[in-house]
Amino acid sequence: MKKLLSIIVALFAVCGLLAFGANQLQSTSGSTGKKVLNLYTWGDYIDPSLLTKFQKQTGYHVNVETFDSNEAMFTKIKQGGTSYDLTVPSDYMIEKMKKANLLLPLDKKRLTGMANYDSRFMNLNFDKHNRYSVPYFWGTLGIIYNDKFVKPGSINHWNDLWQPQYRDKIMLIDSARDVMGFSLASMNKSMNTTNPATLLAARNKLNQLSPNVKAIVADEIKMYMIQNEAAIAVDWSGEASEMLDENKHLHYVVPSEGSNLWFDNLVIPKTAKHFDAIYAFLNFMSEPKNAAKNAEYIGYATPNKKAKALLPKAIRNDRQFYPDDQTIRHLQIYKDLAPAKVGLYNDRYLEFKLHH
Amino acid sequence: MKIHNFKWRNLYLWFVFIVLYAPIIFLIVYSFSKGDTMNNFHGFTWAHYQDLFADSRLIAIFLDTLLIALLSSILATIVGTLGALGISQTTRAITKNTLLSLNNILMVSPDVIIGASFLIFFTALKIPLGFGSVLLSHIAFSIPIVVLMVLPKVQEMSRSLLDAAADLGANSWQLLSQVTIPYIMPGILSGFFMALTYSLDDFAVTFFVTGNGFSTLSVEIYSRARQGINLEINALSGLMFLMALILVIGYYFINQYSSRHRHANTRGHRK
Amino acid sequence: MQRKQRLSRQIAYFIPYILWIGLFVIAPVVLLVYQSFFDINGHFTLSNYQTYFSSNTYLTMTLNSVWYAFLITFATLVISYPTAYVLNATKHPQLWLLLIIMPTWINLLLKAYAFIGIFSQAGIANQFLHFIGIAPQQILFTKFSFIFVAAYIQIPFMVLPIYNSINELNPSYVNASKDLGATSWQTFSKVIFPLTLPGVKAGVQAVFIPSLSLFMLTRLIGGNKVITLGTAIEEHFLTTMNWGMGSTIGVILIIAMVIIMSLTGGSKRRAKRGMTK
Repeated sequence: MKKLLSIIVALFAVCGLLAFGANQLQSTSGSTGKKVLNLYTWGDYIDPSLLTKFQKQTGYHVNVETFDSNEAMFTKIKQGGTSYDLTVPSDYMIEKMKKANLLLPLDKKRLTGMANYDSRFMNLNFDKHNRYSVPYFWGTLGIIYNDKFVKPGSINHWNDLWQPQYRDKIMLIDSARDVMGFSLASMNKSMNTTNPATLLAARNKLNQLSPNVKAIVADEIKMYMIQNEAAIAVDWSGEASEMLDENKHLHYVVPSEGSNLWFDNLVIPKTAKHFDAIYAFLNFMSEPKNAAKNAEYIGYATPNKKAKALLPKAIRNDRQFYPDDQTIRHLQIYKDLAPAKVGLYNDRYLEFKLHH
Repeated sequence: MKIHNFKWRNLYLWFVFIVLYAPIIFLIVYSFSKGDTMNNFHGFTWAHYQDLFADSRLIAIFLDTLLIALLSSILATIVGTLGALGISQTTRAITKNTLLSLNNILMVSPDVIIGASFLIFFTALKIPLGFGSVLLSHIAFSIPIVVLMVLPKVQEMSRSLLDAAADLGANSWQLLSQVTIPYIMPGILSGFFMALTYSLDDFAVTFFVTGNGFSTLSVEIYSRARQGINLEINALSGLMFLMALILVIGYYFINQYSSRHRHANTRGHRK
Repeated sequence: MQRKQRLSRQIAYFIPYILWIGLFVIAPVVLLVYQSFFDINGHFTLSNYQTYFSSNTYLTMTLNSVWYAFLITFATLVISYPTAYVLNATKHPQLWLLLIIMPTWINLLLKAYAFIGIFSQAGIANQFLHFIGIAPQQILFTKFSFIFVAAYIQIPFMVLPIYNSINELNPSYVNASKDLGATSWQTFSKVIFPLTLPGVKAGVQAVFIPSLSLFMLTRLIGGNKVITLGTAIEEHFLTTMNWGMGSTIGVILIIAMVIIMSLTGGSKRRAKRGMTK
C-alpha cells in the first residue's frame, strides 16, 4: 500500500512538472497575453510564417484552433464557451450560420483591402454585398486522373466515369453533397435540387457506377493518388493541386457541363471579442503580398486579384485551378438547404454506399 | 517434446509482436525520410526532428496531452476501482446487472455521441471549455474500462479471504489496504494502462469539449491530416514511443527489484 | 455490527462512482433519449424509430455491424487467447504485457496511415508477395484488411483481461487434472478454459461492443465498403446534423448492449454446469 501511495504521489509530481512545462512554453510563445486573436480554422489552412509576421507588425498573437468539418465547427460556435474571433466556413455554411444568427456583420469602414478582391467572387448569393464575409480561398470539384492508366484527354465529362473500362479504378470523396452533386450534374440537373424523384434518379445512376468505384474515402485520397493506388478520383481542386505537386502523372479536369464552385470565407462569429485584432487581421490578409504568400503555401486559388498577379506565371495561368470565365459560368455554388432536404441527399447517398 | 513445444510458443509470440509493431516501425522509419509524405523513402535526414523541437506549440500540446492522460487515468482508476469493489458487493443480481449496463453505456456509445452530449452538458452547466472540461470527459470515458478490468479480479477474490482477515480483527481500512488492494493490483494496473490508452487515443470527445486554445495531440493530428500526415508528427510519435519504451523497461526493472519482496508478502497473506 | 460496517463501506466506495454514473452516464443518456424523439425540423415525433425499423437501409446496416463486430471479436479472441496463454508461461510476463499495450499509445489515425502504406499496391505486403512469387493483390479496401486492422487495434484490449485470469489460475488445478490422466487438450478444454472464462468475457465485452460502432476504419481501411451503424451516426451528427436520428441509433445501440450484457452474464452459470458434466 505504501508503494502504491508513493507511485500515486510520483505520478502527481510528474503531472505537476508537465503542467509547468506546458505553461512555460505557452507563455514564451505569448498565447496567454492580452493582445490576442483566436482564429478557428481548418487544419494547416494558413502559412505559419504569416502569423509570425502579423504578430511582428501588429503585436497581436494569433491562437490557432482547428476543426475538420463545417458542421463540427458550427456545433462548437453554436454552443459557445470559447471566444473564437474569426472562422472560415464554406459558402453554404455561411448561409446557415447567418440564418442561425451566429455571425456579426462586418464594419466596412474598418476594412481597407476589399478593393483587392476579384468582383466575380464578391456579392454572391450566400452573402449579398459581403455583409458578413471576406473571401479567403475558392475552388472547384473535379476529376483527377493518372496518365499512366488513363489516356490524357479521354476524361472530360462526368459521364466518362461510367465507362466499363474503369472498373474498380475510381475513388470518390466521402461527401453526400458532392457525390450526389456530380451525379446530378452528369444528368444536367441542378446540384441544389430538392426534388425527391430527381435525387432518386441520381442515386440510381450512382448505383450503376458502383462497379467502377474502388473506395469512398476522405483526405486519404491525396495519399492514394500520389502513390498511384487508383487511376481516377473525384475530389476538390485544393486537394488536387497538392496531388499534382507530388505526382506529375496526375491531371485535374473540371467537367465543362457543370460542377461545384466553393468558397471558404473569413467571418466573425458571435463569440468574437477582440475586434481591433480582427480588423487588423482581415486587412493584413487582404494585402496582396500576404495573400499571395498564403496561396503559394496552401496551394488553393486566391480570390484576391492583386495577389494572383503576384503569383508565378505557371500558377497564375494554370487553367486547371484558375478556370476560364466560360467554365466558371457553368459552375454552381451549393445553397444551404432546409435540414429535411439535406436529409434527402444523405439518405440517398447512404443507400448508394450500402449498395456499393 | 517439451523443448519442442516451447519453441513453437516463442515463435507464436514473436509473430504477434512483429505484427503489433510493424506499423509503428513503419512510422518511425519514415520519420527519417527526406520526403514530406509516407510514400517513398527519400534518404536519411534529421530534419523532421529539428522541426519538431523548433515547434514549441506542438511540444506544449504534447505535454498537455500527457498531463491530461496521466491525471485522468489516475483519477479514473481510483473511481473505477472503488466502483468495481462496490459492484462486487451488491448482492442482488438486478442491481448488479443494472450497474454493469450503466457502466458499459459509455463504451458502446460512439465517440461523437459522447462528445456532443458532453458538450451540451458542459455548456448547460456553464463549465468553461478547456483543460477542465477535457479532463472531466477523459475521466468519465475511462472509468468503465477500469471497472471492466478490475471487476474480474475482485470477483475472483474469495469471500473467505476477507472474512478470515476480518475475523483476525482487521478494520475495513486495513482490509482494503492490506488484503484487497494487493490482491486486485494486477487488475488496477491493467485498468490504469487501459485508461491511459483511451485518453491518449481519443479524438472525437476531446474535439467537442475542448476550447479556449486548449488542444491535445489527437485533435492536432486529425486536423493536420487534411494536408496529409506531416512527418514531424511521425518524429513526435517516434520519440513518444522511445520514451514509453524506456519508461516501461525502467518500470519493469524497478518492479523486479522489489518483486521478490512483494511475492513474499502476498504469500504470507494467503497463508 | 459487521454487516452494518460493510454496508457503510460499500456506500463510501460508491459515492464517487455513483456520482459519475449520474452525471456522465444517466444525464447524457436522458439527453440522448430525449433527442431521439425529435425529427430534423425539431418536432416531437416517434418517426425516427419508425424510420429505423421500417427502412431496409438501417436494418441492413445493423446486420452488417453485428456481423462484422462478431468477426472482429472472433479474430481478436483467436489471436489473443494463445498470446495471453503463452505470455503467462514466459519469464517476464509483466514486461511482455506492457509491450503488448504500448502500440496502443500511438495515435490510431497514424497507425491507420501506416497500414495504408503497408497494404497499398506498392506497399511492403505486396512487395513480400512479389518476392515469394505471387502477383500483387488488392489488399486495401477488402473485408479482410478491415477485419485485420480492426482486430489489430483491439488485441491489447482482449489480451489484458484474459492474461489476468490465466495468471490467477491456480496451477494445482492444472496439475491435478494432469495427475488424473487428462490429456493436454482435455486439461485445456475442461479446466483451463472454463476457469479463465471471466477474463474472456471481459475481453469480449471490451471488444465486441465498441466494434459495433466503428467508423473511422470503415472509411480509411475499408474504403466504405463496410458500412456500420457508427458510419450512420457519424453522418447524422456531423453532416446532416440530424441529431434526432443519430440519437435514435445511439439508443438502439445501448439497448443492444444491455441485451448482450445480460446474455454474456448468463453464460457463466451455463459454463459451470458444463464443467460438472
